[in-house]
Amino acid sequence: MTTVIDRWALEDLYGEYARLLDDGPLEDWPALFLDDCLYLAIPRDNFDAGLPLATLRCESRGMLADRVRAVRETIMYEPRYLRHQITQIRPRRRDDGALEVTANYSVLEVLHDDLPRILSVGRYLDVVVEIGGSLRFAEKRAVYDSVLVPNTLVYPL
Amino acid sequence: MREASDWPADRVTEVPYWVYTDQALFDQEMARIFCGRSWSYVGLEAELPDNGDYLVTRLGNRSVIITRDQGGEIRGFLNRCAHRGVKLCRHPRGNNRMFVCPYHQWSYDARGRLKGVPFIKGVKQLGGMPEDFRREDHDLPELAISVRGGVIFASFHHDLPDLESYLGDTNASYFDRVFDGRGLRVLGYSRQLIPGNWKLMFENIKDPYHASLLHVFLVTFGLFRADQKSQVRMDPSGAHALLISQRGEQKASDATRDMQNLRVDFELQDARLLDPVKEFPDDATVVMQTVWPNLIVQQQSNTLALRQIQPRDAGSFELHWTFFGYDDDDETMVQRRLRQANLMSAAGLVSADDSEVIKLAQDGIRDGAGGRSLMLMGGRGTDDELHMVTEVALRAFYKHYRTVMEL
Repeated sequence: MTTVIDRWALEDLYGEYARLLDDGPLEDWPALFLDDCLYLAIPRDNFDAGLPLATLRCESRGMLADRVRAVRETIMYEPRYLRHQITQIRPRRRDDGALEVTANYSVLEVLHDDLPRILSVGRYLDVVVEIGGSLRFAEKRAVYDSVLVPNTLVYPL
Repeated sequence: MREASDWPADRVTEVPYWVYTDQALFDQEMARIFCGRSWSYVGLEAELPDNGDYLVTRLGNRSVIITRDQGGEIRGFLNRCAHRGVKLCRHPRGNNRMFVCPYHQWSYDARGRLKGVPFIKGVKQLGGMPEDFRREDHDLPELAISVRGGVIFASFHHDLPDLESYLGDTNASYFDRVFDGRGLRVLGYSRQLIPGNWKLMFENIKDPYHASLLHVFLVTFGLFRADQKSQVRMDPSGAHALLISQRGEQKASDATRDMQNLRVDFELQDARLLDPVKEFPDDATVVMQTVWPNLIVQQQSNTLALRQIQPRDAGSFELHWTFFGYDDDDETMVQRRLRQANLMSAAGLVSADDSEVIKLAQDGIRDGAGGRSLMLMGGRGTDDELHMVTEVALRAFYKHYRTVMEL
């Protein structure tokens, strides 16, 4: 097992994550996760208080795909563009070889007839593993400081 | 533009758009409705387990502190220092014996009674308050508190009827169906700032007509459909309402024919998202209760939540969701509730439609001029109905609204 963390590969994973959410295809976004994964978008007050409720909770890649399909086919929302800014990516290798990764994020949102605004600000608390030469998310928690959501979260953080 | 003359006195089938946009009317609503003779939801006893625990919330658009005093009683008072108007408590929750203003450290007890004024007698015989200053003249307005099934209601008025008669028999019995005396377990919170008038939120929940059309996800999975056995029930005043319905099948029918974007072929890849189990004695699988003037009690399958409406101004309100279960839930039930919460809240597979459509409604009527909202579905009456193709609960709401607002 290598002890050197491939920072380029990690940077690339987060870059791809942002690209798929911002520019699509959104359908490819779940492929960045393991089949058996956990994705949470959770307000900071819940997280700090140990309360389990997440605003978005997907407990498998199938649930991520179901969310994507709902975004595409069932949810009614105003068209919008998102831009994820992901910075300060900090990995730490666990004994089992997985990477615990923290990062800051902010997501800018643009509605067609309005100025850009900050949709969400927070940090990622992730677990990243290597599968078949690629890095994938086993766990991803978007813990958002901006607990008062400006209207609606349609796309994942 | 507001012109009372274009809202005929007996009319509840139409609501002029200025009712959603006029800031002066909004200010009157805060005084007459939220600071008037009404019980507002402010929190759960489960959030204040220990003496001294407190939370800060809003009653209408005024910040209030709700706390459990040293004797174990729930108390509430205005979160505004009597000295210079500073927001006394700046933390959302915590534990305190006394509430001390950060500015000049005036201190208050759990009932908002002024207990301490630093340098009241001056320093070295200099300064201090005038001789005629009486501390007890500066207590903060205390709230009346009423608790039912662990749910805390508050009011600036101290001579209100008890909650049972406030809600009326039918609404009280459905309230007790969820808050049946079992200990409540808070699962977490979700908050949104919705750019629309606060009344649009009530209209939305009181309107089963939209639920069977806008909410493709609900209809697709048979969680709420126009062909299900349903009822819309109000209390005699029209202030509170219940939408009660039973889960149906996932299929196309007469009721979905008019839905242009139904997805009958949508199968979940992970069915655990919707794995409802029966948990209440009756057959209703959805009960949405609206309690005047600021509460929605949601039971959709196994996701239970209180939604508190906190109006900000004529064009926006905060919606605070508190998701909960019961102390006796096993781990499977907790997980089920947490997964089903995906339907609701700021990112809800269902409720996202609502926050988005409320914004579009406000966008559409922004100028408030020369138009009116139409509420004719199901006729012109305000009595209970046994189907969903109706806007009767909206008419009942405006009947009550017009009485309270003398409008």
